[in-house]
Amino acid sequence: MTRPAHPPLRPRLSLGLRFARRPMLATGLCILGAFVLMAVFAPVVAPYDPILQNGDITLLPPSLAHPFGTDNFGRDLLSRVIWGARIDLQIAVIGVVFPFLIGTVAGTVAGFFGGWVDASLMRLIDVVLAFPFLVLMLSIITILGPGLGSFYIAMALVGWVSYARLIRAQILVLKTQDFAVAAQSLGFSRLRIMFRHLLPNALAGSLVFVMSDAVLVLLNGASISYLGLGVQPPLAEWGVMVFEGQGFLNQAWWITLFPGLAIVVLAFGFSLTGDALADLLGVKE
Amino acid sequence: MTADTTSAGATVPVLSVQGLTVSVRSGGSERALVEGLSFDLARGETLAIAGESGSGKSLTSLAVMGLLPPPSLRASAGRIMFGGQDLLHLPEGAMRRIRGRRIAMIFQEPMTSLNPVMTVGAQLTEAISAHESLPRGEARARALAALQSVRIAQAERRLSQYPHELSGGMRQRVMIAMALALKPDVLICDEPTTALDVTVQREVLDLLRDLQRETGTALILITHDMGVVAEMASRVIVMREGRMVEEGPAQRIFAAPVAQYTRDLLAAVPRMGDGSGAAVLPVAESVVRLTDLRVRFDIRGGLMQRVTHRVHAVEHVSLQINQGETFALVGESGCGKSTIARAIVGLVPHEGRIEVAGQPLQDLTAEGRRALCRDVQMVFQDPMAALDPRMRAGDLVAEPLVIHNIGSDAERRGRTAGLFERVGLPPDAMARYPHEFSGGQRQRICIARALALRPKLIICDESVSALDVSVQARVLALLEELKRDLGIAYLFISHDMAVVENIADRVGVMYLGQIVETGSRAQVFGNPLHPYTRRLMEAVPIPDPGYVRAPLPRLSGEIPSPVWPAGEAPQRLRLVDMGGGHLVAQSNPTAEIAA
Amino acid sequence: MHRYRFVLFRPLQLVPVLFGISVITFLLVRLIPGDPARILLGTRATPSALANIRTQYGLDEPVWLQYFYFLKNLGAGEMGRSTLYKVDVLKLITTRIEPTLALVGMGVFLALLIAVPFAALSARRQGSLVDHAVRLVSTAGLGFPSFWLGAMLIIFFAVRLEWLPVSGYGETFREKLSHLILPGLTIALSLSAVLTRTLRAAMIAGLASDVATAARARGMPESRVFWRHVVPNALVPTVNLLAVNIGWLIGGTVVVESVFAIAGLGQLMVRGIFTRDYMVVQGVTMTFALATVLINFAADIITVTLDPRIKL
Repeated sequence: MTRPAHPPLRPRLSLGLRFARRPMLATGLCILGAFVLMAVFAPVVAPYDPILQNGDITLLPPSLAHPFGTDNFGRDLLSRVIWGARIDLQIAVIGVVFPFLIGTVAGTVAGFFGGWVDASLMRLIDVVLAFPFLVLMLSIITILGPGLGSFYIAMALVGWVSYARLIRAQILVLKTQDFAVAAQSLGFSRLRIMFRHLLPNALAGSLVFVMSDAVLVLLNGASISYLGLGVQPPLAEWGVMVFEGQGFLNQAWWITLFPGLAIVVLAFGFSLTGDALADLLGVKE
Repeated sequence: MTADTTSAGATVPVLSVQGLTVSVRSGGSERALVEGLSFDLARGETLAIAGESGSGKSLTSLAVMGLLPPPSLRASAGRIMFGGQDLLHLPEGAMRRIRGRRIAMIFQEPMTSLNPVMTVGAQLTEAISAHESLPRGEARARALAALQSVRIAQAERRLSQYPHELSGGMRQRVMIAMALALKPDVLICDEPTTALDVTVQREVLDLLRDLQRETGTALILITHDMGVVAEMASRVIVMREGRMVEEGPAQRIFAAPVAQYTRDLLAAVPRMGDGSGAAVLPVAESVVRLTDLRVRFDIRGGLMQRVTHRVHAVEHVSLQINQGETFALVGESGCGKSTIARAIVGLVPHEGRIEVAGQPLQDLTAEGRRALCRDVQMVFQDPMAALDPRMRAGDLVAEPLVIHNIGSDAERRGRTAGLFERVGLPPDAMARYPHEFSGGQRQRICIARALALRPKLIICDESVSALDVSVQARVLALLEELKRDLGIAYLFISHDMAVVENIADRVGVMYLGQIVETGSRAQVFGNPLHPYTRRLMEAVPIPDPGYVRAPLPRLSGEIPSPVWPAGEAPQRLRLVDMGGGHLVAQSNPTAEIAA
Repeated sequence: MHRYRFVLFRPLQLVPVLFGISVITFLLVRLIPGDPARILLGTRATPSALANIRTQYGLDEPVWLQYFYFLKNLGAGEMGRSTLYKVDVLKLITTRIEPTLALVGMGVFLALLIAVPFAALSARRQGSLVDHAVRLVSTAGLGFPSFWLGAMLIIFFAVRLEWLPVSGYGETFREKLSHLILPGLTIALSLSAVLTRTLRAAMIAGLASDVATAARARGMPESRVFWRHVVPNALVPTVNLLAVNIGWLIGGTVVVESVFAIAGLGQLMVRGIFTRDYMVVQGVTMTFALATVLINFAADIITVTLDPRIKL
């Protein structure tokens, strides 16, 4: 008997095998990995400076020297898209983490304890949900003033709601399942049941949701920057770049096309990973 | 058509299955789930295909209907001859004209088989006009006639109702009405009564037998229940793991089974007797005593969310379970038997008095309740749902020891290993996850976990109901052995009268939240006095084709609801001692069901 | 009919939500640092106007009293005055609400027109090439930013092909319709990605359900099984999904109106934020919230109609 009394919680996966059998997961993770590498090594990978203007080479169409073309200030769009990965990945990650943490704690507590804690939390959620997502975020940014910091605060104030609802609903279902009842009848403490038995089972669903939420956060961040209320020019952010291309739709389509495509591909990576995780963890949406 | 060919039709089978093989394709290779199955179905006869889960009996019925779900499942060999044609090679259009019109089918779950967003009438008329182009009014008249033929009360009103507004028994009648509306030659019933309460099962079986007699439809009855087989079938096929084990007339199969598997299967079937043979238990101290227990759930509604109704789940129940005895609570779904179990372990709020090992529950502190948890343990119906899917079996069984700070790591490991051995699981099972076990093994894990704290009482809430008969018999034997060796008492909650008679020392029969009859096994089964007890016992299918059931009026009563408007309550039953602790309810609101 | 009784008392249950909405929109302006009177009137306000607004909104009183002044004014239909347009905010909103409503309607209509057939095609041929294509496109579609998609549609249909106008809204019905197609399509394409995925999943579950098997066993043709027994049951989760996403959809119009320069509520709000026209921002925020609440209420009624089991 060399086995430890408490082996690790998760089943040991033969990782390589599972990976090969799941092309969706592999593709999704490869896309995400590529963007992370691009962001980390932007100074090395990008052929030109993303911000420096050059009046001689404005509005050049895609060519070998400038594969994505140049914009009206003569900046290389490929370099700007690569540097943009830094900001947009940061938006997707930070914009998800805080809502996730706040929502998970709130949802678990509400679902487990019920009563007035649950009732008041649900009323608050009802009110937040009564506002269109983007409109409430814009209102908060109105108070705080434009900028990326305001965006993160607004995201945390509005985004936790979906996690809280999701976790709460899961906890409510799990609470009545036989294994939770069995744990209660075995005399386990409430904290142990809540965090050791219920939360790990509820988290599977929200991990999948994290991926689709990352897409929404990314789109939101880019949209708000597009409207001029998030990341400010001349920083290279994909939403800002699409806005900058807006004035040249009839003469320089490439300014708009490539940053948008970057968003689409990154979002696709998140969605694929989310779908594959849902498959893997047996989560129904 | 069917009536004038009865004598000649006996020789020409209406349906003939020859060498049928159903295979599943997964990962490039094909595996046979049903192999080389052959049988003939004569006009007007009832053929039962019996077997446990995984025997391939349901796949056989889907193959006959041409409804094997593509692309993974297909009939890979054999012929299904019907009306001179091989159904396996019939084009889909022609097959569709046969389905429903000449071969009909009813399913196990009437609730999920009926479309929830269409009225009963719309579904019936749709089933009829799928095969016969009739004017709307005439189709509706046919639908009404079909409903009346299955003896549904207020048939006219049912036409405009939705499935969820009907009881389970009525839904299955609607399914039967739909299946028989076009007078098919063959009716396939796939576990038609498995989801129903035993008294409702009785009504549906009676109805099926009557209708078959009237219409001359040949019946294929697919079931795991040997009692149902004995009551309905003239001929039986026993299947196991995709192969036919034995075939023959019902009389012969039950009287002189040839195959070893059939013999084992029949031996495992719990049988009802007269309650005799119970060992007389010495008087022991009580483990649990309930006095005037009441459990009610509020239903809120309306603008202010006031309590408008209450579910009277348990009403004035008093009972006592002594050390080392098995007390069984029997009753149909919704009678409150499981609620009592949850009240004892403190999972639902209750009124009245619950004493565990002499300690009244309401006086206990949180600390005391934890100690109480050691004395009372539960084993549930669905072992998969009761085990946290993310933990290893060994950890699951050891967890109660960890929580209650019992022993060192090494001691716990030793004790866990001992428990696995005790319930008949191999030691390497400790490292595996719940989904890697079979249903019976999972229930053994649950039992091992319940034993970990050396409880005085184990509550078995329908703990063997989801298991196959042979597995069920082995788990029951394990429970019996544990009782004998460890002196544990059981509160055994079940809907199955035959199982109860085989395991219980004392019995309480519940109806609508109250106990209507209680006493020793010999008293209740040997001399049932309350009409509801009798009705329950008479409803149980007897696994003996020779058994002649006393003619009873055909019933279609519905169990009344335990929901009462706020401020009202059901009448309290008075239990009278008929001698030797045999208590029977006297004042009788259930008179109408006995009529 | 008693299943529809909730229509009578649900508005009363909405009182807490409406209370919450009013508190948040009230706080929206009060939380902005600076003199509230100047915030409301702008920097070039006259001293007499500043004094007037102080009495009207009780700006010298404690905050909770200010809230009651706010409610009182709101009850009188008084939402303040735009510093930019020099008109009452309520009047401004009523003139700008039509394009936004039309845009949402067009978006939902086109989204259903796209999602239902593709989901049906995909579900009925599960595992086929068509199915894989639909799944791939709808998964990718989840991540299409509407501001970019709109621009792409403009480049292709308005600039290259010159089929449709680039931006604006127009005067006559025909003009409005042609101006709405591209922005409507922008919203619809994003929405239909979500809708298609949900519908497809619900339809596949429905096709494998006991209801479908039982219908086939009665000899129903496959198309009838699908349209009568699978689709109606798949619509219920879809309506729920639409209701949940309605807030997201309305928020989307803010961006799409900016892309296509449509003078609707969303554009009004964005311009309000930039020009510090806070009364307008407040009014539009509240209007959007009320619209969301109303649409969710309507979705409840539709759900109850679609599924006889649901009681509210």
